[in-house]
Amino acid sequence: MTDAAAVEAALADAHRREWARVLAATARTARDLDLAEECVQEAYASALRSWATAGIPDNPAAWLTTAARRRAIDVIRRESALRARLPLLVEPEAEPAQEPPSDAEPRGQWREGQRREDAMDPTQAPDDRLRLIFTCCHPALAADAQVALTLRLVCGVATPDIARAFLVAEPTMAARITRAKKKIAVARIPYRVPRPAELPERLRAVLNVVHLLFTAGHTAPSGPSLVRADLVERAMHLTRMLRELMPDETEVRGLHALLLVTDARRATRADARGRLIRLADQDRSRWDLAALAEAEALITGCLRTARPGRYVLQAAIASLYAEAPDYEQTDWPQLVALYDKLLGVWPSPVVALNRAVPLAMVAGPEAALAEVQRLERDGGLAGYQYLPAVKADLLARLGRNADAADAYRQALELTANEAERAFLTDRLAGAAGDPA
Amino acid sequence: MAQYAVLIYTHDSAHAPEATPEDIESCDRHSDELTGSGVMVAAYALTPRDMATSVRENMITDGPFIDSKEVVAGFYVIEAPDLDAALAIAKTNPVVRDGGGVEVRPVHSSYLRPENR
Repeated sequence: MTDAAAVEAALADAHRREWARVLAATARTARDLDLAEECVQEAYASALRSWATAGIPDNPAAWLTTAARRRAIDVIRRESALRARLPLLVEPEAEPAQEPPSDAEPRGQWREGQRREDAMDPTQAPDDRLRLIFTCCHPALAADAQVALTLRLVCGVATPDIARAFLVAEPTMAARITRAKKKIAVARIPYRVPRPAELPERLRAVLNVVHLLFTAGHTAPSGPSLVRADLVERAMHLTRMLRELMPDETEVRGLHALLLVTDARRATRADARGRLIRLADQDRSRWDLAALAEAEALITGCLRTARPGRYVLQAAIASLYAEAPDYEQTDWPQLVALYDKLLGVWPSPVVALNRAVPLAMVAGPEAALAEVQRLERDGGLAGYQYLPAVKADLLARLGRNADAADAYRQALELTANEAERAFLTDRLAGAAGDPA
Repeated sequence: MAQYAVLIYTHDSAHAPEATPEDIESCDRHSDELTGSGVMVAAYALTPRDMATSVRENMITDGPFIDSKEVVAGFYVIEAPDLDAALAIAKTNPVVRDGGGVEVRPVHSSYLRPENR
C-alpha cells in the first residue's frame, strides 16, 4: 500500500503536468474529443485506486495514457455501430513518413499494418500536444471558445472553474465548449499541426489565446481583485509548454519574456488594500529580479533576429520600463523608438495610445495629447477605457483640471474592475478638487 | 472527403440578365479552375439583388431577405478532406480580393433531380 497522501500528490502533479500529453494522445485513439476527455478523466480516477495498491508508476503519464486509450478502445468496440454515424476527428491522411508509427491503435485503413509491440507505449509515441493546441486555437472557432477550449482540453481545468474565471454562468460556459467541440467534428477542423506555410498565422492565434488568458488573469475584466493568479499560472504553464514544443520560434520566446516581465511586477501592482499603484509609484525593490533577468536574456537573443515580431517588441518595451532604477530615469526616447517598430509589425491603435506615454516625456504632454485626440477622432478605440484615462492624465499635467476631470469620469464609466475604478476615482478627486 | 457549401457575399451579383461575357469573366475563370481541379460538385450564380423577392408570413417584399451592404451573389459546393483545405480553396475566390467575402458551411445533405444531374 502506498500512502494515500503521496498518491494524491502524485496524481495532482500528473494532472498539472501531464493532462495535455495524455489527452492529446488519447484523442488520436478516440478520434472524438468528448470521448477522449471522458476516458482521460476515468483514467485519473482509476489511478487513485490503482496506485494506492500497486504503487505510483515510474512514468505516470505513460500509465494514464495507456489506461485512457484502453477505455477509448473498449468504448469504440462496444459502440461501433453508433460511432459509425458520428463525425470523427479528422486526421491528416498521409504524413507517416516523419512520424513513428507507434501512436494510436490502428483504426481505419491508413493505420493498418503499422501496429507494433509498443503501440500502447506512450513514451515511444510522438508528442501530440501541439496538435491539440492548434486544434483548440483554430481561427474557425470564436476567440472566447478558443480560450475556453484550451483551458478545458490543454490545461485540464474543469468547466465550472473556467466559468468562474470568466464570470460566466456555468451552463453558458458548458454550452460554449460543447458547441466548439461539435464544430471541430462537424466542420472537420483537422487534428494536426499546420504546415510550415500556414504556421506563422496559426501560431499567432495560439499566442493570442495564451496572451488573452494571461491578460484576463493579470487584469481581471471585472470583479474585486486585480489579479487572478490561477489564470496567470495557466498562461505561464502554456507558454513553457509551447517553448518546449517549438524551441525555435522567436515569437514564443517573446511572449514568454513579455509574461515574465509583466508578472515580475505582480506583487507591487496593488497595495495591501487591493488599490492600484501606478508604475511610477511601484516599489521596484520588490520586483521579481530572477524573472526580469530571465526575460532580458530571452529578449536580447530575439532582438538579434532580422525582423523581431510583435511579442518580442512588446517584451522589449516592458523590459525597458522595468530596467530603469526609477520611473524618471526610464529611457523614454528608446521607448518611443521601440513603439515605432512595434507599430510597424502591429499597427494597432492600442499600441499608438501606449506610445503617447513615452512621447509625453520626450516631446511634452501637448504633443502627446494631440496624438491621443487624433486617435479619439479615428474612433478605433471607442469604448476603450484607457484612452480617456491617458487623456485625463495628460490634461492634468497641462493644468487643464476641469477637462481632466471630464476625461476621468468618462474612463470610470467604461471601467468594471474595482481596483482600477478606485484608482480613477482618486485621480478624479484630485483633478476635480483643484479646478483650473 | 466532405462537402462544403461556399456562399459568395458581395455588394451585388455580376450576373445581371444583360451581363456581357466580360462582366462575368473572373467568375467564369474561377469556376473553370475549380471544375478543372476536380473539387467542384455543383455551382449556382444568382441574378442581382434587384431581382430578389422575400417572403415572410404575411408579407412579400421586394429585395433580399436581409437588408445589408452584401448579398449572396451565388454559391457552390466543393469537396475537401477537411476544413483547412476547404478554406484554402474558398480563399481563392476573386470576390475575397474585391471587398467581398465567402462563407463556408459543411453540407448536411443534398438532392438534385436526376434529370438535372
